[in-house]
Amino acid sequence: MATTALVDPDTGLTQAQLAARHGLRVAGERPTLVEYSRQLWAYRHFIAAYANAKLVASYSNAKLGQLWQVLTPLTNAAVYYLIFGVVLDQQAIPNFIAYLTTGLFIFNFTQSAVLAGTQSISSNLGLIRALHFPRASLPLSTTLTQFQQLLASMVVLIGIVLVTGEPITLKWLLLVPALILQALFNAGVVLLVARLGSKASDLKQVMPFVLRTWMYGSGVLYSVTLFDRLPGWATTLVQYNPMLVYIELARYALLEDAPLLNESLTQLWLVGGGWALVAGIGGFIYFWRGEQEYGRG
Amino acid sequence: MVEHIEASPEASATMTSTQERIPTVVVDDAHIIYRVHQGASGGTTPVAALRRLVKRTHAPNVREVHAVKGVSFTAYRGEAIGLIGSNGSGKSTILRAIAGLLPVNKGAIHTQGQPSLLGVNAALLNDLSGERNVTLGCLAMGMHPDEVAQQAAGIIEFSGINERGDFASLPMRTYSSGMAARLRFSIAAAKKHDVLLIDEALATGDKGFRKRSEQRVRELREGAGTVFLVSHQLSSVRDTCERTIWLESGVLRMDGPTDEVIRAYEAYANSK
Repeated sequence: MATTALVDPDTGLTQAQLAARHGLRVAGERPTLVEYSRQLWAYRHFIAAYANAKLVASYSNAKLGQLWQVLTPLTNAAVYYLIFGVVLDQQAIPNFIAYLTTGLFIFNFTQSAVLAGTQSISSNLGLIRALHFPRASLPLSTTLTQFQQLLASMVVLIGIVLVTGEPITLKWLLLVPALILQALFNAGVVLLVARLGSKASDLKQVMPFVLRTWMYGSGVLYSVTLFDRLPGWATTLVQYNPMLVYIELARYALLEDAPLLNESLTQLWLVGGGWALVAGIGGFIYFWRGEQEYGRG
Repeated sequence: MVEHIEASPEASATMTSTQERIPTVVVDDAHIIYRVHQGASGGTTPVAALRRLVKRTHAPNVREVHAVKGVSFTAYRGEAIGLIGSNGSGKSTILRAIAGLLPVNKGAIHTQGQPSLLGVNAALLNDLSGERNVTLGCLAMGMHPDEVAQQAAGIIEFSGINERGDFASLPMRTYSSGMAARLRFSIAAAKKHDVLLIDEALATGDKGFRKRSEQRVRELREGAGTVFLVSHQLSSVRDTCERTIWLESGVLRMDGPTDEVIRAYEAYANSK
């Protein structure tokens, strides 16, 4: 190898010894979990800026621009109300419009986050291959973008709830912790599907069906009391369905007499918190374990 | 045949007259094998896909390429190293491995800090304006927001995208490929890198920009970094690098002062 004319203490070392002597690291090595979390924290500004940029970019070609943030959930609610409220006429539920829109908007938060998350690595390969940053920034900013969308639809929702004659109570404040728990849960799930979807897999094709099944199992469009007709184990399964839990928490907070599947409020909070913890931590660790693979190939 | 030429004492002594040379990239007998997708070539019907699933064979359009076969070298702080060789000789592959984006199948690559790869394919967000991309790119390199605010105007000026009207506030999809490449280079060059890997990026700009970027590469080098430059344009290697590595079919042919290596390479290329 090249040597200098000077007396060099490195002469005679093998490449590996030379690297070790100067404290060089193996290229593309995965940092420890603690180090990774620290790096991610240092990139919080990037996560926020990227989430914001995505939100702006998503409507940049539309004439009405950011107005679609509010129009999309409204149109969605209108379509479902037409089918399930007017055509199928669900008399059993008091204030069906508010019941439906609450479920729809809460579910939509997870649905769109998961759909976008599946592609959060594969659609950003250019950025990943160009610059080095903790890759979890991308799925996390996807979640944040969807959270901002959620806040817009929450404004619409509160409008609908008020117009349909629900009283403002202190219970409304419970919506805040419920949404935070759901956001944590979403972040975990998004990290999970981001790694699964990063291998250009067939997940993108499968995800819409998974999500639709999930929606029908979360009592979004019809009364949750329908689940009581299922066999006992199936009802229990539905009761622990995280989406149903988050939707029930929101309905409990906003609506006076919405039918709930879970009688016990404590259980609702425990299950919701448990899911947020399990998904959040599990998803983060799972994503971190694949850190060195993103963008390769 | 592998030919190692001693790095000329003058060249290295000018930079490290008093202190010892600090290695930034140590490549130790690296072998890189990667799979390429050949694209649609036979057996793309649903029936063929189903048969593959049943028989548990891999898709026929994936082939393994042994791109780098046992390359070793050491790069030191303050060096600018050119990588030359014919198409498909493994130049870009080894850069991506140094950046940690490709795994090494055998051997090892050790680096100081995190090398940054700057390629012509590096895409930012095309729906967003150039200005926003500058902010995002800088944040993605780990800069602090205050630092970004300070540097943003300088980056846009350096890239020269505003030379023909206010392009910085237009979405990047409206840019010509040369403009986009210039902006990407300017963003990456705004930060001090321990190791900067440049893949053909300088070839895209016009003459004025090339001059500015060569100047910038020199500055980055003086900032105690190491710069790798992959290029087919021997003139830009000659202008920026004093050391050059010549790869041919994944094997290191020659490693030494730029002039000598380029002369040998030109003789080889002409004789083919």
